[in-house]
Amino acid sequence: MALELMQVISEKGLVNHKQEPSISDQDLLKLYRTMVLTRQFDDRMMKLQRQGRIGFYLQSLGEEAAHIGAAFALQPQDWIYPSYREPGAAFLRGFPLTKYVSQLIGNANDPIQGRQMPVHFSYREGNFTSVSSPVGTQIPQAVGTAWAAKLLKDPVVVLAFFGEGATSEGDFHVGLNFAGVFKTPAILFCRNNHYAISVPLERQTASESIAIKAKAYGITGVRVDGNDVLAVVKATREAAERGRKGDGATLIEAVTYRRGAHSSSDDPRMYRTDQEVENQTLLDPIARFRKYLEGKKLWNSQSDAELEEEVKSQIIAAVEAAEKFGNPPIESMFEDVFAELTPELKDQQEYLLDHRKRYPRTSEVK
Amino acid sequence: MPVVNMIQALNDALRIEMRRDPRVVLLGEDVGKLGGVFRVTLDLQKEFGGDRVIDTPLAEAGIIGSAIGMALYGLRPVPEIQFADFIFPAYDQIINELAKYRYRSGGEYSCPVTIRTPVGGGIRGGHYHSQSPEALFIHPTGLKVVIPSNPYDAKGMLLSAIRDEDPVLFMEPKRIYRAAKGEVPEGDYTVPLGKAAIVREGNDVTILSYGAMLHTAMEAADVIEKEDNTQAEVIDLRSLLPLDRETILESVKRTGRVVVVHEAPRNCGFGAELVALITEKVFLHLQAPPMRVTGFDTPFPYTLEHEYLPDVGRIRDAVKQVMNY
Repeated sequence: MALELMQVISEKGLVNHKQEPSISDQDLLKLYRTMVLTRQFDDRMMKLQRQGRIGFYLQSLGEEAAHIGAAFALQPQDWIYPSYREPGAAFLRGFPLTKYVSQLIGNANDPIQGRQMPVHFSYREGNFTSVSSPVGTQIPQAVGTAWAAKLLKDPVVVLAFFGEGATSEGDFHVGLNFAGVFKTPAILFCRNNHYAISVPLERQTASESIAIKAKAYGITGVRVDGNDVLAVVKATREAAERGRKGDGATLIEAVTYRRGAHSSSDDPRMYRTDQEVENQTLLDPIARFRKYLEGKKLWNSQSDAELEEEVKSQIIAAVEAAEKFGNPPIESMFEDVFAELTPELKDQQEYLLDHRKRYPRTSEVK
Repeated sequence: MPVVNMIQALNDALRIEMRRDPRVVLLGEDVGKLGGVFRVTLDLQKEFGGDRVIDTPLAEAGIIGSAIGMALYGLRPVPEIQFADFIFPAYDQIINELAKYRYRSGGEYSCPVTIRTPVGGGIRGGHYHSQSPEALFIHPTGLKVVIPSNPYDAKGMLLSAIRDEDPVLFMEPKRIYRAAKGEVPEGDYTVPLGKAAIVREGNDVTILSYGAMLHTAMEAADVIEKEDNTQAEVIDLRSLLPLDRETILESVKRTGRVVVVHEAPRNCGFGAELVALITEKVFLHLQAPPMRVTGFDTPFPYTLEHEYLPDVGRIRDAVKQVMNY
């Protein structure tokens, strides 16, 4: 039997009050604010990339409800394993914008000292692990963390984000299989945005859905409207509760759409029509949530304009602050390979510093 | 002191560390009830239970991937990969994830995982139970790679590895699992990672080796002394990364001649790195070009494995060549 699509706010904005999760007014506004911030941040960063001020970017346009709703449903002690399209989940947990822009630049203020390309950040304080490019590797890792929490009897659940493309990887199978066998408090959260760069969902799986795959692993599978933030919150809360109660892992498939290009290096017109994207814009998660807030008299067009302004100036300030920093020091390239520098690394570090002293760079390399 | 074999020494180390540190968990295929196909984890599940000595599904990427997740959370996982030949489904998790986690997170996270895996041939295991892939784990950086050659080092180095803040690939030469016996103290002690041992002193030629081949090198050194009147200094590298360059270079400076012995294939094998290091650092002390005695650049063969593996004759021949250069 096909899994039903969980929905709280319909495409037309009708609210199914029976399904409505309980969220305080203040939290509803925080959720909305983070979604708007994320969209504007993404938009601004794409522009900075076009201007050559950052080297690369991955936006989450259209997927704000899916990833921010999921993160919102968790407790602060819960862990998040990102893929690379969930900046809002980190913002919700307090990741400072200036730090993130510094990471995108790869400068001396970047917590990881320019060691990874843009978007591959790490936020330990927020129990948010390090972004990695290989697709799906975080799934068995998240299951391991959930397993560790279970062994230590900590009331912690662990959520891993990934796209539908990752479900074709061996690590997806391996992770879900371990999650099922060891009944770990893990939430495997698939943002089904229908594209892995250019390859559509139909080329990733012949299965009727992603969520149905849970059944084969003996875990719960849930299919949710990924453009409906309240449905995402509800589904993720229920999954977290299952995990905390000892009822094991959940695979959530959030059905959404990647409205932007895969990355700043991608050209989606090579593989899909503008009309297709246009149709999806009508399902915009932020517009849908705004209607809901307006219906509750929590929001109006004036508050929206104020928020836009506030968020904009916050982003501009973060970019300004981040752009003040120069490159990380050369010696930092050799640090953190191991807890301590090996003699070889020490030699190589000394060599490069000495070489650079004798042969200064003639122009600043960005 | 009791005389034990490698398996008993490794088992002892695991028991000591599991008693000492509740964060240590073992996981892998058949490590629980069976105690591992080589019995290194024998009876540990009886003492520590199924939550700390965990039989996993048959999936190397899952074993290493989940060990990474456990380590990030604060545990000290010691996963076993049943044979090093089967490690490759987990190669991405090991190279791109485990070995890079500290670096890519700017030191926010560390990943103290010790992967135990049997290596090497001479057990009639053919291509899929005999390989020595150490170089493949040294080259990409971020992992410590060690191979003990005797029970004393096996125990002391395993205790060091589990206590290390960095991930360690702990390779166990399976051919000498039971054959190598020696006195091993009963209690807790460590052998540091990154220190080589001069196991035989001599001034004519330096033989560098590790793991099971160390024993062949020692045999060769005895023959060379008796038959050829040549005094070989034999160094057991023990740890390939970090490498004890000082001990190696001091010895070669003294002898001026060097033969490297390992059973892994020659092409891009660790011997190439050793020879390059020596020629770069102590070129003018050399009386002869360094020589390598290694496995051949073929897949590991079944019937002819003893032709493939370096033996006393080949080592003796190489020593003669560097002596008569």
